[in-house]
Amino acid sequence: MKQSTSRYFLTAVTAGSALLFSLGLAGCGHKAVPPPPVPAPAAKPTPAPTVTLSADPTSIESGSSSTLTWTSSNAVKVELNGAAVDLNGNQSVSPTQSTDYQVVATGADGQTANDSVRISVTQPPPPPPPPPAVQPAPSFAESVRDAFFDFDKSDIRPDAQQALDTDAAYLKSNPNVDVEVVGHCDARGSAEYNLALGHRRADAVKNYLVSQGVDASRITTESVGKEDPFCTETTSECYQQNRRGHFVRGQ
Amino acid sequence: MRGIRIGVCLLGLALALGAQDQANIVITGSRKYQMAVPDFNALPGVAPDVRATFDQVLWNDLYESAVVNLVGRSLYTAPAPQSEADLDSAGFRQAWSEPPLNVQRLVFGSMQVNNGGLVVDGYLYDVTQPPGGGRLLARRYADPATTAGARAIAHEFADDIIAALGFGPGIATSQIAFISNRTGHQEVWTMDYDGHNQRQRTNLHSIAYSPRISPDGTKLAFMSSVSGEPQIKLLSLLTNRLLPFPTYKGMAETPAWSPDGKKLAFAADMGGPNIEIYTINVNGTDLKRLTHSHGYDNFAPAWNPKPPPGSPGQIAFVSSRIGLPQIYIMNADGSDQQRLPLGGYAVSPSWSPNGLALAFAWVRTGGGEDSGASDIYLWYFGQQKYVQLTHNEERNDFPSWAPDGRHIVFESGAPYRTQLFTVAADGSVPEQLTSQGSNEMPNWSWH
Repeated sequence: MKQSTSRYFLTAVTAGSALLFSLGLAGCGHKAVPPPPVPAPAAKPTPAPTVTLSADPTSIESGSSSTLTWTSSNAVKVELNGAAVDLNGNQSVSPTQSTDYQVVATGADGQTANDSVRISVTQPPPPPPPPPAVQPAPSFAESVRDAFFDFDKSDIRPDAQQALDTDAAYLKSNPNVDVEVVGHCDARGSAEYNLALGHRRADAVKNYLVSQGVDASRITTESVGKEDPFCTETTSECYQQNRRGHFVRGQ
Repeated sequence: MRGIRIGVCLLGLALALGAQDQANIVITGSRKYQMAVPDFNALPGVAPDVRATFDQVLWNDLYESAVVNLVGRSLYTAPAPQSEADLDSAGFRQAWSEPPLNVQRLVFGSMQVNNGGLVVDGYLYDVTQPPGGGRLLARRYADPATTAGARAIAHEFADDIIAALGFGPGIATSQIAFISNRTGHQEVWTMDYDGHNQRQRTNLHSIAYSPRISPDGTKLAFMSSVSGEPQIKLLSLLTNRLLPFPTYKGMAETPAWSPDGKKLAFAADMGGPNIEIYTINVNGTDLKRLTHSHGYDNFAPAWNPKPPPGSPGQIAFVSSRIGLPQIYIMNADGSDQQRLPLGGYAVSPSWSPNGLALAFAWVRTGGGEDSGASDIYLWYFGQQKYVQLTHNEERNDFPSWAPDGRHIVFESGAPYRTQLFTVAADGSVPEQLTSQGSNEMPNWSWH
């Protein structure tokens, strides 16, 4: 690039030297010898335009900028990549890929000079790879629903059946997950009886899951009766909360 | 008895008692002796707190016995006897036995400290008898000269008085086992019948249920989840250490001692679908299955301490075979299973020591209401009828009969906030025994 610029510059100097040389010849001859007959006046020569273009820096990362600077002489018009610009000036550019910039200077007589510069654009290092685009598995607690029971009952109600169908599907698609079903009872009734009732509820949940194709060896059962309640109010809502087969992820 | 209202249908009970001679179940007011218990004569050397403890505990024991009418000490215009000889002085007995005191039985005595021990001479006299007669009890007691020693002597003397009056064994020296969560975990505890000397017996940090003291008072069977599924555990009350007992597949609960102390009945599923009643020797041999269920459970066996003559033994238990739990009686070999005609939700049977009555917890309407309230009832086999013992809006459960056949201990209160109470079977002398933490499932010792 630099070499290219110099070459154009040299061209312009050569043209100027020739002009000076011709003028000197005319002066010496006039002083030493009688003036010759005046030659027919030649058309006044128009100076050739020159222009230089540089970029700083000439190599950038994508997203960064570089400054183009151009200088012209004997020009009446300067264009940068086809767009008119000042005769001398600079401009900041941010190319996203390697780009050649060309400046063309046009003299009064239509002569042109041009220069060009290339800004190399390097791409930034790739960002760290995004986390593997695996769909995060829904958690055990989000996926598994407890089964609720009526007072003194261990029958699977329709709403419990719905919950357990979901649970069975989850367990079948997550064969590495084992579960413990904990039978709970509300605070009414006798603690000893509730321990047995909780056991029966846990067994009912297990049996339903097995009937839906879950391997029985993946399900353990336990009863806590009325101990370890989810709530302790003496309301029907609280009692219902405590009558359930509760899922705990197996060890 | 704060927050607890206990009553009994006295008219119905009196009629029931008139029908058959089972008066040893409930003592009626008309049979109670008028009794006076003046403070004992304490010789120099007896610490004031030791003396005060003795007088207060003896009074309380006799009051709680519910078989005597104590004449208040402020009425004692008659002089307290310093020795038996005083009783033979002229006019001494009349001062007690005639109006205004009308005392029939006089308890008196003296206490002294001898070689660091507290020595108490205690007497019981029938002061309606003329001088020279009427001595019903004279005994010397010795224990360390501490408040604990004074308490122990008073209990022992009180039970001797009850026996000497003809009311059989007393309860003053009896113990009550129970479950308490006051440490943050359910553990087995024991206490004196009056709530004193509460002692933690286990440290297992797990669900514990159904403590049952052995007939000889040296062991305790209970249910514990310490090893996962509920299992029967045996505890030595002498060492507070667990004794060997078989574990079974699945769950096991509700142990009960046979009257001879050689067997336990309990409920277990053995890994199967139903909970059945089994009996086994305490040493782990001779396991026998007594019930055979199809889709229901059997549990809470209770051995009749005094089965009918010729019977192979009787066991009351609870079964859900007709839906809600009901109380059944069967022979100890599993034969002749009969349901008590109760209905509702009936659990927690406990035999009276004479085998003629059952205490149980009952929700007559079935128990599905929000209140969850249940009451203690007594079932009388002779009359085939029941009497309601508690009348409150709480959940009352786990009655256990005292060795005197006249008292019941039970749990009462809102769920997870229950306390233990005693009451005489006639509804008198209700007392709250516990207040710290939640306390439940009391079991009265056999003696």
